[in-house]
Amino acid sequence: MKPATFTYCSPSTIEEAVKLLEEYGDTGKIIAGGQSFIPILNMRMSEPECLIDINQINELNGVRVEEGVLKIGALTKQRELEQSDAIKIHVPILSEATPYIGHVQTRNRGTVGGSVAHADPSAELPLCFLALDAEIVIQSIDGTRKISINDFFITYLTTEVMPEEILTEIHVPLSEHTGYAFEEFSRRHGDFALAAVACILSVDEIGKVDKVRLVLGGVDAIPLLAEEAMEYLAGKSITEETIERAVELAVKDADPDEDLHASKEYRVHMAKVLTRKALIKAYNRALGKEV
Amino acid sequence: MSNLSIEQKMNVSLSINGREVEAEAEPRKLLSDFIREDLGLTGTHVGCEHGVCGSCTVLYNGAAVRSCLMFAVQANGSDIQTIEGLAKNGEQHVLQQSFTECHGLQCGFCTPGILMSSLEMLNSGEEPTKQEIKEMLSGHLCRCTGYTGIIAAIERACGIKKCKEGDN
Ligand SMILES: Cc1cc2nc3c(=O)[nH]c(=O)nc-3n(C[C@@H](O)[C@H](O)[C@H](O)COP(=O)(O)OP(=O)(O)OC[C@H]3O[C@@H](n4cnc5c(N)ncnc54)[C@H](O)[C@@H]3O)c2cc1C
Ligand code: FES
Ligand code: FES
Repeated sequence: MKPATFTYCSPSTIEEAVKLLEEYGDTGKIIAGGQSFIPILNMRMSEPECLIDINQINELNGVRVEEGVLKIGALTKQRELEQSDAIKIHVPILSEATPYIGHVQTRNRGTVGGSVAHADPSAELPLCFLALDAEIVIQSIDGTRKISINDFFITYLTTEVMPEEILTEIHVPLSEHTGYAFEEFSRRHGDFALAAVACILSVDEIGKVDKVRLVLGGVDAIPLLAEEAMEYLAGKSITEETIERAVELAVKDADPDEDLHASKEYRVHMAKVLTRKALIKAYNRALGKEV
Repeated sequence: MSNLSIEQKMNVSLSINGREVEAEAEPRKLLSDFIREDLGLTGTHVGCEHGVCGSCTVLYNGAAVRSCLMFAVQANGSDIQTIEGLAKNGEQHVLQQSFTECHGLQCGFCTPGILMSSLEMLNSGEEPTKQEIKEMLSGHLCRCTGYTGIIAAIERACGIKKCKEGDN
């Protein structure tokens, strides 16, 4: 399994990269960590004319907080995210979810932006960023645009990033939420999730749910924002009854594919189990209870 | 359109096990193949070529990575360590000794990759828990040992004080 021939470019600025993207259009492809893309090339499922390696673009690296927004550069390594103190303090759900991405040996190379741009519906980071209501920053020779993650995923492995565009940053608003949880089930550690759930939750002064965002992965072509369950839970106490109702609402639109790893029914069942666990964990954390 | 010929080779210079090397490579040449075919270091094994088995793991600037998921041209200017650099002056590295003593290998196909991931762990200077060792090993397939001996070997090596790389 060897890739087909290609021209290799290694720009050192975003400016140069977007010029190359414009020049090559559909036939040029960005390579970041290569942990999803090189297997695709090795199996010749893609044969681009030009590979635009963005690893030398230093301005795409790193995590910083600016005016209440956590900004993560697209080229930030998944391993760096996992170990970052800023992430642990400001968005601990990311520290909790990152170790589920592949293995330490793939996280040493794989990037945050690559994971979001690749948009596998069971990938951990897209789920978390959707739960966190993030914004995605995209650039082309025409300039920069920002898009809400709610409108970002189109279908399986397809996003709003156009062939001549590059994803440069992910912006996470720092809110007062204190409850969070990430739950996942896969056959072996490091495998893609059969089902996964990300939840962000805050409570009011009497312990009722103030705001909640709930996202299910592995059950549809894109990460599924469980809007009905979210609306239902707002203003309610978390009890056995409200959780059960929320769980039913959350999987209402779930339509997972069946494959050799799991049947449709099994995935939906796992999504329910994980949603229940995530809601309870996030709620307890929001109340300041140890979990 | 660029006029660069796609067959055109590019210069790759890097440090491998402390030795500076320079060679030409087609852009599509995988780092694993470059190490094996162009540098003649066949200790780095190739199993799956899509990142799953871990047998091709090397240290790239100190971090354990799949050499089948990098192009040689991407390693230009970097510092690579492979299994060949582990033993010094004919003496086995403490990891190699531990794997021998704890029955951490049978056929040995997976071993070079596992040793490189273990080396990254050892070099971090923090003693890993059994769970951390298991999580690290999730990135490696071994079809022979059942992993028990491998875990014991890594625990042993990491438990030996000051047995960082080079100290043997
Ligand atoms: C054994 C193994 C297990 C894995 N398990 C998991 C898992 O459990 N969960 C998971 O989420 N992932 C998993 N992965 C994939 C993960 O490791 C990849 O890192 C990730 O999916 C893609 O990130 P990357 O930086 O490697 O991107 P690449 O592979 O370089 O690129 C992926 C795609 O995104 C595009 N792209 C990359 N960066 C940008 C950008 N800045 N702007 C626009 N487009 C861009 C590329 O053109 C390409 O189409 C696994 C991989 C392996 C090999
Ligand atoms: S050959 Fe590289 S991971 Fe299998
Ligand atoms: S010792 Fe044979 S595969 Fe591991």
